[in-house]
Amino acid sequence: MKVYENNKGEAKLNDKRKATKQDVIMILLLLIVSIIGILILYCNKEPGKYVDIMVDGKTVTTLPLEDDTEYALKQKLGNNVIRITDGRVAVVSADCPDKICVNHSPIKNVGETIICLPHKVVVEIKQDK
Amino acid sequence: MDNKESVNKSIKNKKTANQSKHNAQEMALCGILIALAMILSYLESLVPIYMAVPGVKLGLANLITIIALFRLGLRDTIMISVGRIVLSSVLFGNFAVMLYSLAGACSSILTMAIMKASKRFSVTGVSVGGAVSHNLGQILVAAIVMENARIFYYMAVLVLSGTIAGVAIGILSIYLLKNIHFKS
Repeated sequence: MKVYENNKGEAKLNDKRKATKQDVIMILLLLIVSIIGILILYCNKEPGKYVDIMVDGKTVTTLPLEDDTEYALKQKLGNNVIRITDGRVAVVSADCPDKICVNHSPIKNVGETIICLPHKVVVEIKQDK
Repeated sequence: MDNKESVNKSIKNKKTANQSKHNAQEMALCGILIALAMILSYLESLVPIYMAVPGVKLGLANLITIIALFRLGLRDTIMISVGRIVLSSVLFGNFAVMLYSLAGACSSILTMAIMKASKRFSVTGVSVGGAVSHNLGQILVAAIVMENARIFYYMAVLVLSGTIAGVAIGILSIYLLKNIHFKS
């Protein structure tokens, strides 16, 4: 089938191949705008309203982030103390061997978690109850 | 420059004169391109890209749209795009998919046609404009259908991915346009 033809007179056709100044300006502008947008979104993560404390996948309690409280979680695997200050949640002390949960920086945005694997504890920030 | 434009014009005139003569050939060509575009979008769907935002893709089918736009003209381009979308929605998708795809295709073809007519952009520029406006058109429809303004959250990511995909498809298109010529 002779639909395609490779002819040498291609320069006659009106398609531009070399990038023009307008191209470069447009592409740079789009890149800058989108990267700035992503950065703004990345920095303005949504702060949560509640914190879910779960043991072995089951919610033990849900606390509001607006009240500064301390919650001592006692269970047969061990103890964790969870503290809420200024809408941030941290595990302040635990008798687990690795102390990863205690060393974790405080969390405040929706979806962030602190996990204590030895005690099967998950602390997660939620938007709703 | 003047000389080049007059050559362009004469080619265009010749093309319109030939269009009625070669209607059947044109139809067959459109059919082949629709099939090609469908295969390309199917191939693309075989390679999953796991991203936090839905809608991030390379847009291989846009390759066909660009070639049609630069080689066959706006009328055939619209025919090929709409044909591809209707056929693949009927075969593999559903009505919602068709709605989103048509919205994306409308905005991208419109943008690309205007950009090409302005004669200020190269193939790459036209491709980038098409990709970004495709994503924006889809997001607009998604925001209207779902009545959820939080979808605009995805916009920045989709503009970025559209720009990158547009450049890639634009470079591919330049190679294809260099080597593929339709006999008129």
